[in-house]
Amino acid sequence: MCVVCGCGQVNEQHGTPAVVELHYGQGVASASLPSLSALRVVQIEADVLGANQKLADRNRAHFAAHGVTAYNLLSSPGSGKTTLLCATIAALGQRAPQLPLAVIEGDQQTRLDADRIQAAGAAAIQVNTGRGCHLDAQMVGDAFARLDLHSHSHSHIGTPAADHHPHALLFIENVGNLVCPALWDLGEAAKVVILSVTEGDDKPLKYPDMFAAAQLMVLNKIDLLPYVSFDVARCIAWARGINPDLQVLQLSATRGDGIEVWIDWLLQSIDEARAA
Amino acid sequence: MHELSLAAEILRIVQDAAARDGFRQVALLRLEAGALCGVEVDALRFALSAIAQGTCLAGARIDIEQPPGRAWCIECAAEVEIFSRADPCPQCGAVPLRPCGGHALRVLDLLVP
Repeated sequence: MCVVCGCGQVNEQHGTPAVVELHYGQGVASASLPSLSALRVVQIEADVLGANQKLADRNRAHFAAHGVTAYNLLSSPGSGKTTLLCATIAALGQRAPQLPLAVIEGDQQTRLDADRIQAAGAAAIQVNTGRGCHLDAQMVGDAFARLDLHSHSHSHIGTPAADHHPHALLFIENVGNLVCPALWDLGEAAKVVILSVTEGDDKPLKYPDMFAAAQLMVLNKIDLLPYVSFDVARCIAWARGINPDLQVLQLSATRGDGIEVWIDWLLQSIDEARAA
Repeated sequence: MHELSLAAEILRIVQDAAARDGFRQVALLRLEAGALCGVEVDALRFALSAIAQGTCLAGARIDIEQPPGRAWCIECAAEVEIFSRADPCPQCGAVPLRPCGGHALRVLDLLVP
């Protein structure tokens, strides 16, 4: 479309006279726009998510300096993220009682989830995004600075966490949404996408960006498989058709099936982060 | 509707450039939104027009280049074009493919008076 009159041509061969003037400094700028020849190019070449990426990189360095392994938990609303976290806190209390852990809870409104996490026995901070559909790296950095994990191993950026400090786990529960949060790096070690079997096995095909961004897919609510039409093998095949490296765990956060394997995965990831 | 957040970031990038460069109005904003960048281009346009009022972007024409996604097909041992991460290889139908291009969401340049 033509800048000057919108006639569909990109050069000065449009159907209106080419004499166009712009008058600045005389109140509101004229409604007319200058001809292309009067314009100059301002090079930008900037990634739209570049500012978030810088903050995410800073978070990642900050987490590493504090010996913190962070996971970004992503799913649609109602998949059981908070229930899984409550079950995880209880199971880690048995398996690794010395392991400090905390949760950053992202929701549009309310502190209901942070209250549930605290009742389960872990430190939690609620981030309400208002109308925002995702957490960004700035929100997570601000929230982390207010958590006790931030001070538990206070060797700051640039200094690797000393071996004698216990490692720590940070769960970032993103806003329930299978679309938007896929794009925002928060500084996490891995994105974990949680899909409950009540949602349907075709979600990886419908929301491929999320399943492409994740390192692990947790299939939750498997205790309900007898009551729903959900083909586990087909779901995994579709997900790996998008992301061949995707790891998959199946569990029921309410009944406890598969929780120990999930805890194994978390503890193994900490070991790998510590060794790195 | 993350396009609204992205539009706000685009406006911030343009306003930073305006502060550096001194222009007060933008005639043309050129963006690149690759097919695999996770953005709905129509929604991004709508969001940009919604937040442009009263800013240097008001009235600006917006061109969005949409290069296709690029992916490596192991079966064909070739790079192929795709338009979604869920697409199979357009030559042999194989999945999975390894996406290797078309992820970018960038502000390219501006035309200003």
